[in-house]
Amino acid sequence: MTTVLLLLITGVGLGALYFLVASGLSLIYGLMGVLNFAHGSFLTLAGFLGWEVGRRVGDGSWGGLLVGMLVGLVVGALVAAITELVFIRPLYNRHIEQVLVTVGLGLASVALFEGIWGTDPIQIRLPEWLGQTTNVLGANIPNDRWLLIGSAAVVLALIVLFLQRTSYGLVIRAGVENRTMVTALGIDVRRAFTIVFAIGGAAAGLGGVLASVYYGQVGAHQGTSLLIYAFIVTVIGGLGSLSGAALASVLVAVIQQLANFYLGGTGDLAVVLALAAVLLVRPTGLMGKVTH
Amino acid sequence: MSAILTVRGLDAHIGGQQVVEDVSFDVAEHGVTALLGRNGVGKSSTIKALLGLAERTGEVTFAGARIDGLLTHRIVQRGIAYVPEDREVFGGLTVEENLRLAERGGAPNRAIIAELFPELIERAKQQAGTLSGGQQQMVSLSRALMNENRLLLVDEPTKGLAPLIVGTVTTALEAAADRTPMLLVEQNLQVVRALAHTVVVLSGGRVVHTGPAAEFLDSDLVHRHLGVATDQEAA
Amino acid sequence: MHTFLASARRGLAPRWGRIAVGAVVIAVAAMLPLLAIDIPGVLPGPTYTPGTLTVLAYAMLIAALALSYHLIFGVAGMLSFGHAMFFAAGAYGLGIVLRLLAPTGMPSEAVFLLAIVITLVVALVLGNLVGAIALRVSGISFAMVTLAIAQAMNVMIRRNVGGLTGGEEGVTLTVAVVPDWLVGVVNTRNLYWLALAILVIVYLACVWVERSRLGHVVAAARENELRVTVLGLRPYLVRLFLFSAAAVLAAVAGIGFMLLQSSATPRISTSDFTLTLLVIVVLGGVGYRWGAIVGGIVYTLLDQRLAALASSDAIAGLPDVLRIPLSEPLFILGMLFVLVVMFAPGGIVGIAHRVTRRRGGRRDAEEPAVLQDMEA
Repeated sequence: MTTVLLLLITGVGLGALYFLVASGLSLIYGLMGVLNFAHGSFLTLAGFLGWEVGRRVGDGSWGGLLVGMLVGLVVGALVAAITELVFIRPLYNRHIEQVLVTVGLGLASVALFEGIWGTDPIQIRLPEWLGQTTNVLGANIPNDRWLLIGSAAVVLALIVLFLQRTSYGLVIRAGVENRTMVTALGIDVRRAFTIVFAIGGAAAGLGGVLASVYYGQVGAHQGTSLLIYAFIVTVIGGLGSLSGAALASVLVAVIQQLANFYLGGTGDLAVVLALAAVLLVRPTGLMGKVTH
Repeated sequence: MSAILTVRGLDAHIGGQQVVEDVSFDVAEHGVTALLGRNGVGKSSTIKALLGLAERTGEVTFAGARIDGLLTHRIVQRGIAYVPEDREVFGGLTVEENLRLAERGGAPNRAIIAELFPELIERAKQQAGTLSGGQQQMVSLSRALMNENRLLLVDEPTKGLAPLIVGTVTTALEAAADRTPMLLVEQNLQVVRALAHTVVVLSGGRVVHTGPAAEFLDSDLVHRHLGVATDQEAA
Repeated sequence: MHTFLASARRGLAPRWGRIAVGAVVIAVAAMLPLLAIDIPGVLPGPTYTPGTLTVLAYAMLIAALALSYHLIFGVAGMLSFGHAMFFAAGAYGLGIVLRLLAPTGMPSEAVFLLAIVITLVVALVLGNLVGAIALRVSGISFAMVTLAIAQAMNVMIRRNVGGLTGGEEGVTLTVAVVPDWLVGVVNTRNLYWLALAILVIVYLACVWVERSRLGHVVAAARENELRVTVLGLRPYLVRLFLFSAAAVLAAVAGIGFMLLQSSATPRISTSDFTLTLLVIVVLGGVGYRWGAIVGGIVYTLLDQRLAALASSDAIAGLPDVLRIPLSEPLFILGMLFVLVVMFAPGGIVGIAHRVTRRRGGRRDAEEPAVLQDMEA
């Protein structure tokens, strides 16, 4: 029983990480029809810069970590917005070219990161509390999970508030349903595109710093491995659905944890099978509502 | 009467297929010009092409300025409102949110909605996806009519609606047509007869007839081009 | 709007002329190991040296792999993110089967041939299996399924499932059962000729498929699926056939790779590798067979030679902000790719065609039709 509880909570913790990366992917695809392969690079760059700044503020201290998280958020948002403006916007309405461009940028940026920071992951120092555990009903939960879950919950709440309460949020919600009709109402969706990229980038950036907390290291390939899971989560949850991404993140992570523990390390395979199952039975995903 | 919209040599492609070929016509600056033709002949595609929602070449001039090279939102911002076939309201948004999204600056005329479609006011907080077809069409029309428009592009507004609602919609369009020129795609010939002064008839993606509406509707050209007897509703 | 392929072909010379040119190119390539052509900076040494021949052989195998990807992406418009798994199946397959069969008493020639046959059969089965599942959906979903399946395979390879795949270290070639003339530095030129032969075979296979009725149906289905179905043809089966054919061709290149490198590591089964293939094909010129070949060669030269170039005085002396990006082949490749996608979608070959075209009014290399057909 305690094992199951441990797996469930740590699963939700991992799911929180997936959500931070997948939320942006889902919104970007939902609104723009672009599968953003550069998303992982936003994550990795934010992770590196968050660490670089954080350790100079206070290596292994809470101050350093919090500053690092803030830096990650800002770096993610900025890099994403710049990417959209420079590379994506000029290819307006040419979806496949947009996807291809993100593929190229993803490849190029990882190579660049390897060049700057080396090919091997760098171990990082963290506040002690994160390495300790808290006892919940008999299960010893590593404390970094709480940070992950808390951050993801805050991000989810902020994004939902933004979507529901602001006029750009309104445009985005409508655009996810029917981008063409939004333009036919005289609205320039391109600004919404940049905003969605920035939001997704910010979430991914925070995710990048928290990933380094979770794995205890920063590395040039961190984004790529997480990106694949984020894609799977996005597709299972339904491209364009934020709640779908949240639900799928938790589901996928929990399935992964359970399969890894009870079925001899086959977590990755289980996730892939889940994806295949969803795609064959319900191709639009659990809560997908993309109509265009 | 001079024309608010002139179209010359319009070609349009959708999904790699050519759907409209060398289409030319004018929309007068007062009243309703009807765009007629059998199903699948290219009427909706023509409207989409005018709005830049389809790949197009050719000359389209609105109020003296060329709009054929502009992006859709720029075209609409010049004062062209679009009432699409199949309504296309945003199902996940409330009625109120649908209307708010459509506000094109200036002072939107919400009073007109209260006048034409009072039940929308009651249903302001209702999710648009849960509305009936007729109510969704009311939302779609309201979106267009509440702004200051210089041209209305209306695509099959009575399609799939019950006769009672058809009446409401026609009344609303009549009121709108008094103030704003309109290009109307419609299969329901009674509605056409009630509203339009000129018809442009398409067949196979090309213009085959233009002329006064009453004359056309009374002649057997109706049968030849639209496949219906005079004065009956199209299938 | 007619297909980009159709307009590209219209510009090419008549059939016999092209065959003659092809024969000359093959003959020249075959003679390189006997010549002493030296391109400093690009090649590590004159063309008869093992170092250079290895690089060239590798380039030809990558070109062959890129050709097999061109078949599914360029011709059939299927955006697969998992193609690398078939290449890995070829390389790992050969290594694993050889290692398993070597201890048996069979004569080594028999073992070698049997291993190749088994590997190709496995690739065929795998291609059919993956294709059967993935082709049930299309567009982005298809891409995601292929990505997920390849990822699962990559994970299984890295985890050394069944003790067969050697984990992160990979599999090495059981040299004892490989024919002597393919082993050892002294026989590098034989490996070079083998790679050339593989490239020619894969190229001819591509030509054959593209020209066949099957090829035309698949290309037509890419443009307008409804029309193809109405004609009584089944796009699903046609695409499945093409997909598994491409899988086998990729495996052939993988076999060559294993023989050349004498080892296979999990890197060749990553999605990054497939994405590199995508980049190669588009950079070279999607829709052109020669695009895949040119792209493959450019990529390999960059990949293999840039490290050497980077340590040369010219680049080592540059300030860090220039030196670091220029020392990373994938950075250059990725950015070239981005530039091509944004400004010259026809790729290198597309640009070359535009430059050599003499007639005015010829269609410009617009975005290849294949890039516009895919929606979710």
